[in-house]
Amino acid sequence: MAVIAAPVKPANRVLDRLTQVRALRTLILLLIVVLGTTAIEPRYLNPNSIRSILLWVPLLAVIAMGEMMVIIIRGIDVSVGSIVGLAGMAVGLMFRDTPGFSIALGVVVSTLIGLALGALNGFLVAKAKVPAVIVTLGGLTAYRGATFLLSNGSQIDNNYIPKGLVRWSQVGPFGIREVPWVIFIILGIALLTWLILRYTRLGHHIYALGSNPDAARLRGVNVDRVTWFAYAFTGALAGFAGLLYASRFGFLNPGQTGVGLELTVIAAVVIGGVSVYGGSGSVPGVLLGCLLLGAINVALAVLGVAGTWQLAVYGVVILIAVTADSLLQRGLHRVDRSE
Amino acid sequence: MHMVSRRLPVKQGASADSRPVSWTSQLRPVMPEIVVAWLLLAAFVAGSLLSPYFLDADFLFRQALLYMEIGIMALGATLIIISGNLDLSIAGNLAMVACVTAYAHAQLGVPMELCLALGLLLGAAAGAFNGFFVAVLRLPSLAVTLATMALYRGIAQILLGDHSIQDFPKWFLGIDRRVIPGTPIPAPFLIFLGLALVLGLILHRSVFGRWVYALGTNARAAYYAGVPTRRVKLILFTLSGFLSGLAGLMLDSRLLVARYDHANGWELEAITAVVLGGTAIAGGRGSIFGTVMALFLIAVLRTGMGVANVKVESQLAVVGTLLVAAVLISNFLGRRRR
Repeated sequence: MAVIAAPVKPANRVLDRLTQVRALRTLILLLIVVLGTTAIEPRYLNPNSIRSILLWVPLLAVIAMGEMMVIIIRGIDVSVGSIVGLAGMAVGLMFRDTPGFSIALGVVVSTLIGLALGALNGFLVAKAKVPAVIVTLGGLTAYRGATFLLSNGSQIDNNYIPKGLVRWSQVGPFGIREVPWVIFIILGIALLTWLILRYTRLGHHIYALGSNPDAARLRGVNVDRVTWFAYAFTGALAGFAGLLYASRFGFLNPGQTGVGLELTVIAAVVIGGVSVYGGSGSVPGVLLGCLLLGAINVALAVLGVAGTWQLAVYGVVILIAVTADSLLQRGLHRVDRSE
Repeated sequence: MHMVSRRLPVKQGASADSRPVSWTSQLRPVMPEIVVAWLLLAAFVAGSLLSPYFLDADFLFRQALLYMEIGIMALGATLIIISGNLDLSIAGNLAMVACVTAYAHAQLGVPMELCLALGLLLGAAAGAFNGFFVAVLRLPSLAVTLATMALYRGIAQILLGDHSIQDFPKWFLGIDRRVIPGTPIPAPFLIFLGLALVLGLILHRSVFGRWVYALGTNARAAYYAGVPTRRVKLILFTLSGFLSGLAGLMLDSRLLVARYDHANGWELEAITAVVLGGTAIAGGRGSIFGTVMALFLIAVLRTGMGVANVKVESQLAVVGTLLVAAVLISNFLGRRRR
């Protein structure tokens, strides 16, 4: 189902246009949700709920940047939630038990732990040729189990989380409450991802591999290395997200931190226009996808829909996104009727 | 017969190197099932060394009963995976059927007998719903069932929230306490083995079974060879849903309660059993026998770890590692044999 040609040259107009169409679709959905909710409940558009939406995004978006690469190369990583848990707990324990453990060190350590776990995933997928879904399903439980072992089942309470870290999610530059620093951190990471995908050879190889694995290999793309990179990058970002979790919620719990996050991340990536057939997807689209999920989430709360509806709504949203993606592709291209 | 289709080169994207098919590769399909059987034996020996109470028939049956619902889902998952698809929604479907059935009986006053039929129907319908997206709209089963995994469990959560329902009629409860008269064999055990036998016959001895292998070996070739690929996929997903529904009712009966978080994460355990049992995750090879052996292996391992006071979370970590190791080892064996 490789529909989009490998963009070997950066200025591939077809890809450009399609990317815009896909991101545009997410933007329209976002507008519908925001305007629709506001029409029913005008309270929706106030600084507080905008803040809730924006606060909801970073944890999701930072992992989504990696997950989109994995899905572009036709893989999947369902272990990210457990990597968030393990890296987060590890750093939390250090905040608690190691005096003078700084936030900067926390950033380094959480990212490195995530990188190591992601690299392990990548090694098993790329070198040992174990299917991605098996590797990361195994990782989902194995890393979660390791989190429990490491923390001995105990929670890191908010008095151990550095105040400076919590402030990342509370205030922004010049003391603005609505746009906290985490938003800028995630925008930086998104920019980095965008640059990699757009302007580096590696980025083009990622699209090439996703569009047509066989052709990419024949063209001399180092398939193993590209695959390894995608999983390692995702792991590193998920590790960093463990720190962001501590910043956002002010506590870390082995049975809660990052649980089920993989589903939300994949939902954001797919509704952000990344094709489940691989080969296409863009950073702006995925960011909009995260924003859309955040907007839906806050809309449900504002409209007084019980929190118990959240899971079913996610399911429906992913299903609609995946179906729309497929129908859109079939509308643009004639797809082989066989398989 | 199915040995033939098993060794055809498979799957676009998985690997570009078309390996030569030699006669030795025919030996390979036998391997994983045999390995698992040996491991099962080893686990029994290790377990009996760990605790003198381990080799007690009553105790073993009691422990195995904890895995019968997973086993029933794993049987459906075996067929689905051999056909080159994946169904991640099985545990969500189980929870939905368990909760909807309980809700219909306790809140709406529907007679329990009717609820059971409705539950099975709902499970099958949910499976068919997956099948529609996979077979008719030709969407990747992974993406579809990831979505319905959330949707089905979400429906269970909407209905019950954090509450649980316990108002079941007496006759419905305690299926695990029923035994076949005159033997210590519990009813769920018989249901599981009976289903394994029926599905084993269908998979290994019928035309439909041949189609399942053909689909998983090379879907396009199967289509051009006249296999009704759409119908096969629809039937497989419906079957998988039906089995999940059955497992949901059995779980309600065994646990005496319906909750939305029933069977949380069991799709992983079912898929682990299937893959551990030697079924190729990319499709085209596998057997019901392997899945049954692997399920008992997991049951014995976890029972052994439980006896040795290993925490549940660590047990899960071992199962996760086992899953990856199983594929690694079979990859390694496969490569060395060439």
